[in-house]
Amino acid sequence: MFQRVGKSEASVIISVDGTRVTARAGDTVAAALLAAGLTSTRTTPISGTPRAPYCMMGVCFECLVTIDDVGNRQGCLIPVSEGMRVDTQKGKREAGR
Amino acid sequence: MSAVTSLDDHYDVAVIGAGPAGLAAATVTATAGLSTVVLDDNPAPGGQVWRAVTTTPVQDRRVLGDDYWKGQEIVQAFQASGAKHALGAAVWSLSREREIGVSFGGGARMLEARRVVIASGALERPFPIPGWTLPGVMSVGGAQTLLKASGLVPGGRVVLAGAGPLLWLFAHQMLQAGGQIHAILDTSDRAGWRAALKHAMPFVTSPYLVKGLKLMAGVRRRVRLLTGVTSLAAGGRNKVEAVIFRQGSEGGQRMAADMLLLHQGVVPNVNLAMAAGVEHHWDAQQLCFVPVLDTFGGTGIEGVAIAGDGAGIAGAEAAVERGRLAGIAAVRALKGDTGKLPDETASRKVLAKYDGARAFLDTLYRPSRGFRIPAGDTIVCRCEEVTAQQVIDNVRIGCTGPNQLKSFLRCGMGPCQGRMCGLTVTELIAETRGVTPAEIGYYRLRPPVKPIALAELASMPKTESDVTAVVRI
Repeated sequence: MFQRVGKSEASVIISVDGTRVTARAGDTVAAALLAAGLTSTRTTPISGTPRAPYCMMGVCFECLVTIDDVGNRQGCLIPVSEGMRVDTQKGKREAGR
Repeated sequence: MSAVTSLDDHYDVAVIGAGPAGLAAATVTATAGLSTVVLDDNPAPGGQVWRAVTTTPVQDRRVLGDDYWKGQEIVQAFQASGAKHALGAAVWSLSREREIGVSFGGGARMLEARRVVIASGALERPFPIPGWTLPGVMSVGGAQTLLKASGLVPGGRVVLAGAGPLLWLFAHQMLQAGGQIHAILDTSDRAGWRAALKHAMPFVTSPYLVKGLKLMAGVRRRVRLLTGVTSLAAGGRNKVEAVIFRQGSEGGQRMAADMLLLHQGVVPNVNLAMAAGVEHHWDAQQLCFVPVLDTFGGTGIEGVAIAGDGAGIAGAEAAVERGRLAGIAAVRALKGDTGKLPDETASRKVLAKYDGARAFLDTLYRPSRGFRIPAGDTIVCRCEEVTAQQVIDNVRIGCTGPNQLKSFLRCGMGPCQGRMCGLTVTELIAETRGVTPAEIGYYRLRPPVKPIALAELASMPKTESDVTAVVRI
């Protein structure tokens, strides 16, 4: 649950699990997901429990997502770009995915 | 710069990290005419303390405050210095020969530098409490980054818990931004005040005091503060729903919450320096590993220096001066005293002022044992979901240290490479075995210190000998 403050920048459209999401230019992927209201952004490969971004500075790796078909990207370090496809990761990765 | 091919093979100086120390060091060396590159994995310069200072949507200066906006001046000086800056460049390796492995714009490459300044800064100390992996639980620093970089303010019932200057600074910034804080749970130990008083004199004369007290008083007027918190847990099924805590020896209390923001100080980010072979020692005052350095930040490795909070926590202002000193040393080593240099004495004077005040803060905000050394089912290693009890059990059956623990439990072997559990594991093993953390040591870190795709490695330029080394003739 986050609210936007400050001057509004140009918006960037990305897709998250196939759903259209409007982000603010300059957002990282992790920030855009949280701003869009996602509570959890992945489930763990060990127990499958939900997780969400924790440190937002590239340290904790909780924000791992698949971006444009490349898995395990650090969402908190990568800025959104128009048309970007973000997929949340569920549990263990599978071959070919 | 945006592509890995835009980087040169050789630089006089490579600076790793574009926070206060890295920017200051690069400004000195580039101004003196040395070819300088700054590599940083963030999308904009400023590090964490000045995160997004050139791009933040939060333009009302009262929200993030003067100390934040001071960063603008340092960034501008850096941009005018002629140093190159690779944004979003992840350094995954540094060798004794000062060869640097970097991923940048989808490609990877090696580059060499005659001098390297590691300015990889600090990270928040792990805060392993029950439920700290639940969505809705975040570090205070993480929430602050969302505010600085994206203008995002946490909503609902937001509870801040822990101790340390950053917690109070963020509480202030969040209120200034129009946010609401449900409560602050202060975990600082009351005994800390008594112990800290003997270090009070240098603190009283330091720039920290007036700023800090004013800020805390302002927050206290507007937020419910619960002090003397001795135990803390996040409760909830798939997200945080409540904070369960105790004050002193009183009974447990439960507070409904939508977000829990945790913080108990910062510690040096040691991964790259340790992997490069820089010697570190256990600092019993700051309760973390710090590198062994000379007065210019020089390490035992020829030509490699460390500046800023990665050299031991001292704050942003001190980081700038330590960056300048590392820059000065690099210029002197490569150009003699002929280069254009800032005043070394001025830097040392500022440093002394901040260093003197640090002992007070370190003692006052020393995190309590119970919040550093967890027990039972509390998760220690978030990546591999290893609990405190599992660590203790394995130590009891003969596991002697953090590196052996990897084979026993995969603890510290997930994607974060021990960043979120390293200190907890060291202290937990030390306590279980009844020895000092210094004796236990830290994870043995190895490159790559950031995950790198095989495709990136495979796409690196190859020499004839690289090819003949693997091709059957």
